[in-house]
Amino acid sequence: MLGQFTRGLVSVASAMTQPKTAGLLLTSRLYHEKVVEHYDNPRNVGSFDKDDPTVGTGLVGSPACGDVMKLQIKVDENTGKIVDTCFKTFGCGSAIASSSVATEWIKGRQMEEVLTIKNSDIAKHLSLPPVKLHCSMLAEDAIKAAVKDYQKKKAKREDNNSSPPDGQATVVG
Amino acid sequence: MMKGVQMAGRPLYLDMQATSPVDPRVLDAMLPYYMDQFGNPHSRTHMYGWESDEAVEKAREQIAKLIGANAKEIIFTSGATEANNIAIKGVMHFYKEKKKHVITTQTEHKCVLDSCRHLQQEGFEVTYLPVRKDGLVDMDELKAAIRPDTGIISIMTVNNEIGVIQPMAEIGELCRKNKIFLHTDAAQAAGKIPINVDDMKVDLMSLSAHKIYGPKGVGALYMRRRPRVRVEAQMSGGGQERGIRSGTVPTPLAVGMGAACEIAMEEMKHDEKYIRELTDRLYKGITSQLDGVIVNGSMEHRYAGNLNLSFAYVEGESLLMGLKEVAVSSGSACTSASLEPSYVLRALGVEEDMAHTSIRFGIGRFTTKEEIDRAIELTVDQVQKLREMSPLWEMVQEGIDLKSIQWAQH
Repeated sequence: MLGQFTRGLVSVASAMTQPKTAGLLLTSRLYHEKVVEHYDNPRNVGSFDKDDPTVGTGLVGSPACGDVMKLQIKVDENTGKIVDTCFKTFGCGSAIASSSVATEWIKGRQMEEVLTIKNSDIAKHLSLPPVKLHCSMLAEDAIKAAVKDYQKKKAKREDNNSSPPDGQATVVG
Repeated sequence: MMKGVQMAGRPLYLDMQATSPVDPRVLDAMLPYYMDQFGNPHSRTHMYGWESDEAVEKAREQIAKLIGANAKEIIFTSGATEANNIAIKGVMHFYKEKKKHVITTQTEHKCVLDSCRHLQQEGFEVTYLPVRKDGLVDMDELKAAIRPDTGIISIMTVNNEIGVIQPMAEIGELCRKNKIFLHTDAAQAAGKIPINVDDMKVDLMSLSAHKIYGPKGVGALYMRRRPRVRVEAQMSGGGQERGIRSGTVPTPLAVGMGAACEIAMEEMKHDEKYIRELTDRLYKGITSQLDGVIVNGSMEHRYAGNLNLSFAYVEGESLLMGLKEVAVSSGSACTSASLEPSYVLRALGVEEDMAHTSIRFGIGRFTTKEEIDRAIELTVDQVQKLREMSPLWEMVQEGIDLKSIQWAQH
């Protein structure tokens, strides 16, 4: 008799484990939500022309580390304001989200202003766990690298413009 | 399963190397021993004990049959990890007067590597053999590593990460010639590819139930009787399992393992054919739509149900995040707690950036064609999306050689 009960139990058990195709499975750990959102709908993915004089490109990280971020800014020459941004990232979800957030935050701001953005701000915004903090640090580095690149290009152009016009100018290749 | 992610239903499961669902037939065999036949198999004085003992002995026979052994050579343990511990530490401790050296490979399971590390701390010497690019052991290197005081060689039959099958018969021949004990971790092999302890000339073998549609929490250690292998027991107690592993043998789990082994033996040919078809389908489906896809490990000497792929220029954890509906695992650093990419892939000589891009698909008896097709669709979609977002992909498309770039480390 107990055997019958056992068999009955097995059939009930197998019925209970049928996949619930209609129901929603919401898990309780919501801290990851923002990161997933940036992954699903990344902002500003794309590329500007590297050789465009109004573009600054920051390339940080390395494939060996599993994180590479390319962050680009388009700057209004006269006002020094960042009018457009874009990024491409090879890295985990947190790295993608960090760079996506970075492009969002620097759009429409002054170049000097964005240099004050700290990785801890990005990490806090995304609720990054300690093991992922380096992703936000890389994003901060990418912003700084992009600004530095633009400023370097600008300085080089100004050097060229101010060099003597009597044929003694060095050709910048 | 992603935290904070909403989805309808459950993800489709393609991680069979991690664990497998219990076959309903196995569950059927186990339940009576939880319900009314719940006796302790070591109770000598009443029917509850006798019937429980009978069930354990039947299971022992079923396991022995799967690997071509005698039932007296099978010891129940809590899993393959414990079996590996007993084999490696137990053998070396027993023969420690004369034998001081152990040989193993760099691609072994963590429990084997850790047991060897433990022995090193006790003063034994261990050689961790490198493997070739295809994941197989180099026989010449193995020969060269053998010393007069080598006590045991431990090489797993099928690797859990990349699925490659080692040339066990050849290795066994070498060990016999040199009179060294051969141990193999066959957790991923038994019940999936034909195994015979005499053909392989192994002296010790570790088995795991939950890799072959059996219950979690039970495994077995095969120990050859002729010639006899002796071990120092790692668990002290009432002397169960011939004094090698004390503790009450968990009858329902043992019965489950026995049933799983018997079913595996009967259905091995069919399973192999079915799984190979699905794996081929998955591989062709993905590679026909994407390039830059590399298989990690030998394609030729491989268990069909393990497909470990690297997708160039796409990072593994971000791919897993996109593959929300598919349960797979990755050799990427981000998915391990230590941020180190898989040591198995590194042992294959896979470049660090590629090690970050690997995904392991595990296919099994209950995987369906529809699941494979869905996995192909999702994988191709996500890889394409991530490549659009990848600066490395962009550079490669522009014709830049990534190896020529000076990366800014931070």
